[in-house]
Amino acid sequence: MELGKDLIFARNVEGLTALMQNAVVGIAGCGGLGSNIAVALTRAGIGKLILLDFDIIEPSNLNRQYFFLNDVGKLKVDALSKHLKNINSEIIIEKQIKQIDKEDTEKIFYPADILIEAFDRAESKKFLIESWVKAFPDKPVIVGNGLSGFGNTDLLKVQKVGNIYFCGDGFTNMDLGLTSARVAIVANMQANLAIEIIAKKGGLNADYKQPRQD
Amino acid sequence: MLTINNRDKIEWQPGMTVSDVLNKMGYNYSLITVTVNGVLILEEDYDTYEVEDNAQISVFHLAHGG
Repeated sequence: MELGKDLIFARNVEGLTALMQNAVVGIAGCGGLGSNIAVALTRAGIGKLILLDFDIIEPSNLNRQYFFLNDVGKLKVDALSKHLKNINSEIIIEKQIKQIDKEDTEKIFYPADILIEAFDRAESKKFLIESWVKAFPDKPVIVGNGLSGFGNTDLLKVQKVGNIYFCGDGFTNMDLGLTSARVAIVANMQANLAIEIIAKKGGLNADYKQPRQD
Repeated sequence: MLTINNRDKIEWQPGMTVSDVLNKMGYNYSLITVTVNGVLILEEDYDTYEVEDNAQISVFHLAHGG
């Protein structure tokens, strides 16, 4: 079914859809973080995503990643692209099906206004952050850092240093297991931050003040 | 005086590098990102990058999971 953007994004705050439409976001890793980030950004009206992942979907991914039983065995980037186009058929997706090292970051993600780090391993997080900031010191990178286990929602936070944003608790490791809700919270913190950066850059106010209760 | 993670303070010495600061703080874990006054320092520069007095340094541990 083809639906116009004005219908799909009717609940976006005025002005946001146009800003999102013109934005390009890179997502490095399409697992628990990346798949959920991509869905959130697509639902917010993102114009273009660069999706990077080399892996195929395994049954153990279904506890937290945005995939379904009949996706098992497919490439994550392919299955995710299909789901995203099923939300907004006009989204532009650049598929990057490969493993990367620090030399590749710049040439793969250069069109992106923002890079979102959604890798599994801390070693990969490190080289991605360093190679991105070295190539594009003025462009933001949003890192998922510490999202294992369950509960403990109040430990999750956003910390900013320069143009690097860290989302998560900053310390929980995979030996605590990876659980749907906590992974998705951090993924959505990352997506929410990307939306905020895009909106603010476009002059859309995102500073909410709680009204006084007394 | 150097401030690390808005919390810890250590005495500054002339010529002090990022590696010196990390050693002094007892950080021997390699999976970290380090910034000095908001500027990311690449790992290859830890041994040569000299920090100024009164610098604000942040050290983020990177946790596995994604």
